Amino acid sequence: MPLIRARGLTKAYGSVRAVRGIDLDVQRGEAFGFLGPNGAGKSSTMRMMGAVSPPSGGELRIFGLDPAVDGPRIRGRLGVCPQDDTLDPELSTLENLLVYGRYFGLSRATCQARAAELLDFVALRDRAGEKVENLSGGMKRRLTIARSLINDPDLLLLDEPTTGLDPQARHLLWDKLFRLRQAGVTLVLTTHYMDEAEQLCNRLVVIDGGLIVAEGSPAELIRQYSTREVTELRFNPDDDHEVLAGKVADLARRVEALPDRLLLYTDDGEAAAVAAHERGLTPASVLVRRSTLEDVFLRLTGRSLVD
Amino acid sequence: MTSALARQYDYWATAYRRTWKGSVISSFLMPLLYLAAMGVGLGHFVDQNAGAGALGGVSYLAYIAPGLLAATAMQTAVGESTYPIMGKIKWNFVFHAMAATPLRIRDIVVGQLGFIAFRVTTTCAVFLGVIAAFGAIESPLGVFCLAVAPLVGLAFAAPVFAIASRLESDAGFAMIFRFGVIPMFLFSGAFFPVTQLPDGIEWLAYVTPLWHGVMMSRDLSLGVASLWPTLGHAAYLLIWIGAGTLLTVRGLTRRLVR
Repeated sequence: MPLIRARGLTKAYGSVRAVRGIDLDVQRGEAFGFLGPNGAGKSSTMRMMGAVSPPSGGELRIFGLDPAVDGPRIRGRLGVCPQDDTLDPELSTLENLLVYGRYFGLSRATCQARAAELLDFVALRDRAGEKVENLSGGMKRRLTIARSLINDPDLLLLDEPTTGLDPQARHLLWDKLFRLRQAGVTLVLTTHYMDEAEQLCNRLVVIDGGLIVAEGSPAELIRQYSTREVTELRFNPDDDHEVLAGKVADLARRVEALPDRLLLYTDDGEAAAVAAHERGLTPASVLVRRSTLEDVFLRLTGRSLVD
Repeated sequence: MTSALARQYDYWATAYRRTWKGSVISSFLMPLLYLAAMGVGLGHFVDQNAGAGALGGVSYLAYIAPGLLAATAMQTAVGESTYPIMGKIKWNFVFHAMAATPLRIRDIVVGQLGFIAFRVTTTCAVFLGVIAAFGAIESPLGVFCLAVAPLVGLAFAAPVFAIASRLESDAGFAMIFRFGVIPMFLFSGAFFPVTQLPDGIEWLAYVTPLWHGVMMSRDLSLGVASLWPTLGHAAYLLIWIGAGTLLTVRGLTRRLVR
């Protein structure tokens, strides 16, 4: 039985259809990612899976249970790290953990023991007595993750866990999440950071406009929606890039003209660069790189801002 | 399985440990100020000029003290169910955090109201101690005013919580204080019999929960309470509590479960 099963799942707020029919299964032990631009329906989907937002239509089962019927039982087995911090700023780091554990019906002794372990895990032990309002953004995120683990959840839901953090804090969090994954905790996370998805997820879906537009492992998605390599030819901004693109259109599987450069999607980037040269193109700089999830993402969701 | 209320106890105890000192000081100060100004200052004037007969043989101090007690229950309750509630909904998302756990919305509402009842009762216990020390409690029955206090408090807290759960900004709270709390404080029988009000608006006083709380407290404090009127007042307050709680659960559900 999958931990999460959704069929034709929809969510509407008034006339706004945030989620327009999603099918997915998340199995135990997976690290499953939702990738999508702002407003794609990621958070709405997460809130439905967190059993705090009733689906507008379709079917949703968490641990085989219906959130409309068994909300409290489902939430008792979930860990939730919401997009906005929901820590109690008046309480200390340790108190936030202790108080939260009690909501799950854990004994005080259990809460104390877990809180001590978790403070070590997220490297906040020496901040145990600090009021939460005095913690930095990264510390708050770590505490939120620690709090989401207080009930030893079967499934951890993380909504944009590292948005707004500096690189040090992000890498520290990734390390913690990776260790949880190694320990067999099932992770479901949303992000719009491609590197985050590549680092943490063994399977992901790209969601856009409330629909799943692609699904697979990071490598599969790159194979399916991009090429092995990308050659970036950077030109003078005055040059007409559309004209230049026309000259090399047959040298790559796909050519994209941006205001400042051409992107040649090809399996042999070096060869494409040489061939472009032979066609008389004289770019100011040439970069051959591997395709990334970001290429996939932009291909699938477009380059224009949606909000 | 521990009950939903027991699960929230540590939260409330932890939060209260951080604030109780401030609340105790104001609990002492408020009755002292009221009694000094109204009971002793104004009371002396009233008693000398109107004579004790005007209030049925009762000193003005003894007349207003239980009324002030009921009014304090109201003010404490409204204070606890306005800004602190909006904070948990809009500013620090404490209710969102609770709603992500096995707690249900109704558990959260009942826990919050339970804490407000506790705050009202402890504040009023201090108040009662101070007015008793002033000799303003005439009968041992006055001790039951402590049971009236949470009833009055919740009769306000529940409906105000219901409003707070629906407000988008705290501007509405100023209206609650200006057009609800202050007029009730002045005109619900705490300072003078509501029969003194113009006939057209006298009935308004009977509708307010505060008038029922004032009457219950005063009858107990003066030792003239009889069973059926007291139960009638209590039942009326319970209706406010019940309706307010239902509306709060609906409002907060709409707010958090969307």
